[in-house]
Amino acid sequence: MTDVLDPPVVAAHGDHDDEHEEHHGPTGILKWMTTTDHKVIGMSYTVTAVIMMVIGGALAEIIRAQLTTPNNSLVSFAQFNELFTMHGSVMIYLFVGPFAFGALANIIVPIQIGAPDMAFPRLNALSYWLYLTGSITMLSGFFVAGGAANFGWVAYAPLSNSINTPGAGADLWIGGLLLTGFSAIFTGVNLCATIFYLRAPGMTMFRMPIFTWNLLVTAILILLAFPVLTAGLIMLYCDRHFGTHIFTVPGGGVPVLWQHIFWFWGHPEVYILALPFFGMVTEIIAVFSRKPVFGYKGMVFATLSIGALSLGVWAHHMFTTGVVLLPFFSIMSLLIAVPTGIKMFNWIGTMWRGEVWFSTAMLMAVGFLITFLIGGLTGIYLASPPLDFFTHDTYFVVAHFHSIVMALVMGAMGGLYYWGPKITGYLLNETIGKIQFWFLFIGTQVFTLPMYLLGLRGMPRRIPVYPLHPSWQFLNQLSTVGAVLVGVSTVAFMVNIVYSWKKYPAGDNPWDGHTLEWFTTSPPPHHNFYRLPQIRSERPTWDYNHPGHTAAEHGHHADHHPEHHDEVPVV
Amino acid sequence: MRTEAKVLLSLGVFFGAMSVVYWNWGHENAGGVMMFAGMLLCFLPGGYYYWWSRRMRARPEDDPNATQAQGAGVVGAFPGTSIWPFTLGMGAFFVVLALVFGIWFLVPGLGLVVWALFGGTAEGRRGGTQ
Repeated sequence: MTDVLDPPVVAAHGDHDDEHEEHHGPTGILKWMTTTDHKVIGMSYTVTAVIMMVIGGALAEIIRAQLTTPNNSLVSFAQFNELFTMHGSVMIYLFVGPFAFGALANIIVPIQIGAPDMAFPRLNALSYWLYLTGSITMLSGFFVAGGAANFGWVAYAPLSNSINTPGAGADLWIGGLLLTGFSAIFTGVNLCATIFYLRAPGMTMFRMPIFTWNLLVTAILILLAFPVLTAGLIMLYCDRHFGTHIFTVPGGGVPVLWQHIFWFWGHPEVYILALPFFGMVTEIIAVFSRKPVFGYKGMVFATLSIGALSLGVWAHHMFTTGVVLLPFFSIMSLLIAVPTGIKMFNWIGTMWRGEVWFSTAMLMAVGFLITFLIGGLTGIYLASPPLDFFTHDTYFVVAHFHSIVMALVMGAMGGLYYWGPKITGYLLNETIGKIQFWFLFIGTQVFTLPMYLLGLRGMPRRIPVYPLHPSWQFLNQLSTVGAVLVGVSTVAFMVNIVYSWKKYPAGDNPWDGHTLEWFTTSPPPHHNFYRLPQIRSERPTWDYNHPGHTAAEHGHHADHHPEHHDEVPVV
Repeated sequence: MRTEAKVLLSLGVFFGAMSVVYWNWGHENAGGVMMFAGMLLCFLPGGYYYWWSRRMRARPEDDPNATQAQGAGVVGAFPGTSIWPFTLGMGAFFVVLALVFGIWFLVPGLGLVVWALFGGTAEGRRGGTQ
């Protein structure tokens, strides 16, 4: 169990030594531009995605400011359309997605499976450049005549055609999405190839950490879904500029086809966004409960079934179009609650009778559980057509998916607090982290829960002004207060980064982690490992550090030993 | 290799079954075609992995009792640094700008793309940069 041998040789470039490479390579900005190291690329992804989160959040704060009072005139109607379109687009396309499968996945997945790098390092770098240029393309819409895209983040036809939405902003939106779409596809290819071909000896598929499993399913979903979006965008562009009539009735086209194509990408996209964060939360909960993941195989099969079902649920976004097969999509959507419920059960099972250590990462994970439960349960209501007919396009839907994505933001923050020390070598301040958590958690509930009530009281989404109505006004103001609290939590995060800058050295394994990334140094060396432990379970690092304990078999959770308290670092 | 194949093939079978049910029940073409294509997309790599898994010995990463020494040797060529992804990315950026601002953007765009394709291929043949 304890013999440690050198990792496989990596042919970096002919017969150069790895150590020398870091000294001979380009420096400064050229080093950043030419890097193919998955950790540097992942870090670039992380920084870019967090910047996008701040931009998207700023747009959200303006939207909430506008909706604070009835008949407000802070922004014009046209500006409001741009604001909610770009808020949704930036958050979904440029923040949550790339953060999920580009940022932490890029850094952590190769290390978790004992690989020296991603399978295609240059393709990986290309993914980042396409993501960056795509983001710039989409955001530059704000600087052209006519303003940014303003047809909603879903770009429904025929609103998105050249007559109803002329101007360069919409085209920049399409172009930016093409670039980031290809970026995602290349990342999907890379993740699949890495996970299938670069695992360390003994790292069988059913010993992979749950995070890696989730990223594998995410990558497969990316490959199934994103090409459909890319095709749809090209059709939309042709409709706008080349005189085709794919989505326009006068030429014999079918507008609802755009919705089919968009949501055939859009609903798997929800799971592309969510699954990586499910994985992060699973790792965090297991490590901070000092227990192996409860129901490892159940977790894997739940992930696979979510991936499988996600391809057959897209038209639950289209119930009110009247041309979709209601029972099919209702049944499929309700079925997804089963594997998600299994996951919820397993997360609670992992914490159950564990030595739960409420670090910031763990608090974020628990916050994720609660918030995701609220969003998930209201999703079950929306999967039922009779209820959906009443709540469609009201704030109820807005509240539902904001509960979901704010849960994902908590997962993202948990991931940063959990893996940040591994990536940078330094811990973040726990006190500021906990302040950030409480602002984020309370702010999220204060800003989403009133939206549910607003939706049930009939407030439509995407309206810039609403008439004077006491209950609507109070709930909107409450929601704005919540949005400000969430903004404060983001500021707390920035303060924490500055305050903790190179202050608290982390060491290689600050949390007594389970998986391979905690075996290497913090930050990991070029090509990640100087040595690898023997892999005999899904938590090789823990086995190595606790040789007295037998490797935990799946479904066997007896190794709950309080005497290892002294190994828990107090931060 | 076998587990990888099973994952993809079982997803493909599920998508195939779903597309048959949906097509016969809903008579809606777009979704049926897309789910059918999803099935093919899973069968293609899944079938490849399955074909190989029956013709090769288990790799060290498929062997639950493998030692690290079994993985010794060259696992692949990883280029140290490369400017070509950046060049290709900027080329793609200009091509997309051509969609919006004018066809002339294709000149630098396609120029960079072609340059990067040649440069990257040559770099790959040399076995990476440095």
